[in-house]
Amino acid sequence: MRIRKRLVWTASGAALAVPVSGALASGWNMPVGVTDLSRDIHGLHMAIFWICVVIGIVVFGAFFYSLFRYRRSRGARPSHFREHTTVEVIWTIVPLLILVAIAIPATATLKAMYDTSEADMEVLITGQQWRWRYEYRGEDVAFLSNLATPREQIAGQGKKGEHYLREVDEPLVLPVGRKVRLLLTSDDVIHSWWVPELGVKQDAMPGFVNENWVRINEPGTYRGQCAELCGRDHGFMPVVVEAVAPERFDGWLAERRAAAAEAAMGLDRDWAMDELMERGEQVYGTICVSCHQPDGRGNPPVFPALAGNQTLMDDRARHIETVINGVAGSAMPAFRNTLNPVEIAAVITYERNAWGNETGDRVQPSAIAERIAE
Amino acid sequence: MASHLPPKSSTQHSQPASAGVASQAHEAPKGLKRWLLTTNHKEIGTLYLVLSLTMFFVGGLFAMVIRAELFQPGLQLVEPEFFNQMTTMHGLIMIFGAVMPAFVGLANWMVPLQIGAPDMALPRLNNFSFWLLPVAFTLLLSTFFMPGGAPNFGWTSYAPLSTTYSPPSTTFFILSLHMAGISSILGAINIIATILNLRTPGMRLMDMPLFVWTWLITAFLLIAVMPVLAGVITMMLLDINFGTSFFSAAGGGDPVLFQHLFWFFGHPEVYIMILPAFGIVSVIIPTFARKPLFGYASMVYATASIAILSFLVWSHHMFTVGLPLVAELFFMYSTMLIAVPTGVKVFNWVTTLFRGSITFEPPMLFALAFVVLFTIGGFSGLMLAISPADFQYHDTYFVVAHFHYVLVPGAVFAIMAGVYYWLPKWTGHYPNLRLSQWHFWLSVIGVNLTFFPMHFAGLAGMPRRIPDYALQFADFNMVTSLGAFLFGLSQLLFVLVVVLCVRGGEKAPAKAWEGGEDLEWTVPSPAPLHTFETPPDFQPRRH
Repeated sequence: MRIRKRLVWTASGAALAVPVSGALASGWNMPVGVTDLSRDIHGLHMAIFWICVVIGIVVFGAFFYSLFRYRRSRGARPSHFREHTTVEVIWTIVPLLILVAIAIPATATLKAMYDTSEADMEVLITGQQWRWRYEYRGEDVAFLSNLATPREQIAGQGKKGEHYLREVDEPLVLPVGRKVRLLLTSDDVIHSWWVPELGVKQDAMPGFVNENWVRINEPGTYRGQCAELCGRDHGFMPVVVEAVAPERFDGWLAERRAAAAEAAMGLDRDWAMDELMERGEQVYGTICVSCHQPDGRGNPPVFPALAGNQTLMDDRARHIETVINGVAGSAMPAFRNTLNPVEIAAVITYERNAWGNETGDRVQPSAIAERIAE
Repeated sequence: MASHLPPKSSTQHSQPASAGVASQAHEAPKGLKRWLLTTNHKEIGTLYLVLSLTMFFVGGLFAMVIRAELFQPGLQLVEPEFFNQMTTMHGLIMIFGAVMPAFVGLANWMVPLQIGAPDMALPRLNNFSFWLLPVAFTLLLSTFFMPGGAPNFGWTSYAPLSTTYSPPSTTFFILSLHMAGISSILGAINIIATILNLRTPGMRLMDMPLFVWTWLITAFLLIAVMPVLAGVITMMLLDINFGTSFFSAAGGGDPVLFQHLFWFFGHPEVYIMILPAFGIVSVIIPTFARKPLFGYASMVYATASIAILSFLVWSHHMFTVGLPLVAELFFMYSTMLIAVPTGVKVFNWVTTLFRGSITFEPPMLFALAFVVLFTIGGFSGLMLAISPADFQYHDTYFVVAHFHYVLVPGAVFAIMAGVYYWLPKWTGHYPNLRLSQWHFWLSVIGVNLTFFPMHFAGLAGMPRRIPDYALQFADFNMVTSLGAFLFGLSQLLFVLVVVLCVRGGEKAPAKAWEGGEDLEWTVPSPAPLHTFETPPDFQPRRH
């Protein structure tokens, strides 16, 4: 009996020790990260962790010693002391001092995290169900960043890729060594933009703008994801940041500016049905599909069906209005700032002619541009 | 389920010879009516405990669905929409249906017995507060069958996901939470009235067993914060159905307002679920260490300090919402401060064991596991208090690990310790020793396999409330799921132990545990339906 109990204690001790040592290995712990602040945060994390380990050894040591030493089966006779003021004062004061010691560096780090002044550039990050929109302020460059993992992989058909659920069609590209102010907001519900290796997690609140900042030290690709429950596809809303040398960043930005201008071209001409349908299917597949589903059946009652929707087919003006301005008090966002007129016209045309919605309507980009200008 | 838990009045309660005289010659109704109409604190306590156990298994079933889906990467069993309903309902059912009613049930049974009172101060109110709950939870669970499904926005119900973007069933969820809230407030009033008015002559407040003390403080917390919850969910109701904009910036409101109000309720709520656990453990450890509780007075003061501090720390749940720097600092410091009284409690428990004469009966096993595993949850809590680091921990599995460590091997183990401790008093039999030990060890192993790897998954970057995850989290999740299945299955053993104990087993004397010193051990086992009809003699032994 006695040996067995001893074995149990030894085993439980070992069970505790294994994960603790394992935690120091990479992939088990908070990443050190690639910014000065993420290093500071990691330092604080390890400091408070070791403080806990030391206190744990003392407290659990005394605990298990008492259990072992003062077992009745070993003939222990109880003493009857019930108070000891000095001891009680000591173990109130000592933890207090330890806390003050850790609060000082924590305060300094927090102050640095809050100092968003003197940034070299600004990126506006907007959360949407379920993607991110990145806008380089003052640069005329903005784009959406969607999950790039194929749906078949999620459904278990086909082998999952290395960056399963942590890959996007267009990553946020940032220059190394420049201080970037991040402005965060949301078009619908609360999201939270998080990249562990940058040490940044900040909520994106609908109707409010939050601030954070980052200065990346090393080039590389850094992956994270939305951290605040934001509805059905919360788990499918990755963040990918690509940090590149400043010169490369400037070149990339110029390229993007030219590409964006080109994509918005064609407002002045008449678009054919095929062109609109092709572009519309593409837009639908990246933007609308998450709520309204690939087959247009939606997910009622929150996300209505588009396929066979009589109101939609009968009332073209309302359809356009809904996509441009959204529906107040519902989950339907306004797309006037997210998509360009060509994309809006194309996706409306697509929705009016796909899945058996045979209205034959074509909506022209020029009409949308006029409607938005009103 | 075990509907014969308490002693039947007809067999146990010896009527006085002059039974025809009005004094207590009431005809006890039989069958369903007996339970529907009962005003007896022991029967109501049993009802609460049976409801709690039922809800523990309902909420546990949801957890099993979650863990089965997360067993490996990819979507296998459920749609993300349903997954979100599972996480939401798991949280709601476990908090409001399993843990809180369990503590109220234990209070109903044991507070009158520990203070030498004949019953609760307000017996009819007691009946009403219980019967609100089955109605509330039937309504809550019925939302699964409504169009759009059950609430899917997490138990924290952050607006506007829970208002503008919520399924139509949210209104029913609000109503059911209102009912559970009223039940809690009425129960708390009853407990305060009982403790302040019905103590046996000679028992001062500072003579009360710690379980009674912690419940007194908990009851004040309940009265303070349940109305805040009622307020915030009513604002949700108005935003959803009556066109107000409390939480919508478009109408001049603010989603962060929701979080401030919710956590002003939510943080004290956390302590509502742990203070009575402290009380149970503080009663059990001295019994099996055969030594008085070390630092009784400082235990009481520590409990009160924790309760007061709990009103000053709510924004530590909101470090990433964009609070001003000053607020971050204030809430970081105040949160770290909570470690001090909590530490005092742990040190006192350990010192109570020091130079005792310790035995390891099932209630003691659970109480000892509580001390160790709750402390681990306390350590991760201290880490979470460090605001800069919390920017990395927040909303990850590290947080999930933290609060499950304080709630499962914390609150739930304390409840089980209490059940094992008082079962002999309730049923007159000891629980089967061998089965209880199996239940304990499987639970301890299961709980650690489930929740320990969550720390690593969270630190490595896995957010909470996701139905599918990146491949680097696969190993942690598989271990966690296996642990969860083990833990879930071992709880069936608990039901078996309780049922067997109700039906028979080794007979327990009045003083079922040799070291038990409180008043409940002076009445026969099983406790007759009516006890302490005349106040018992009480000799203060602590001071």
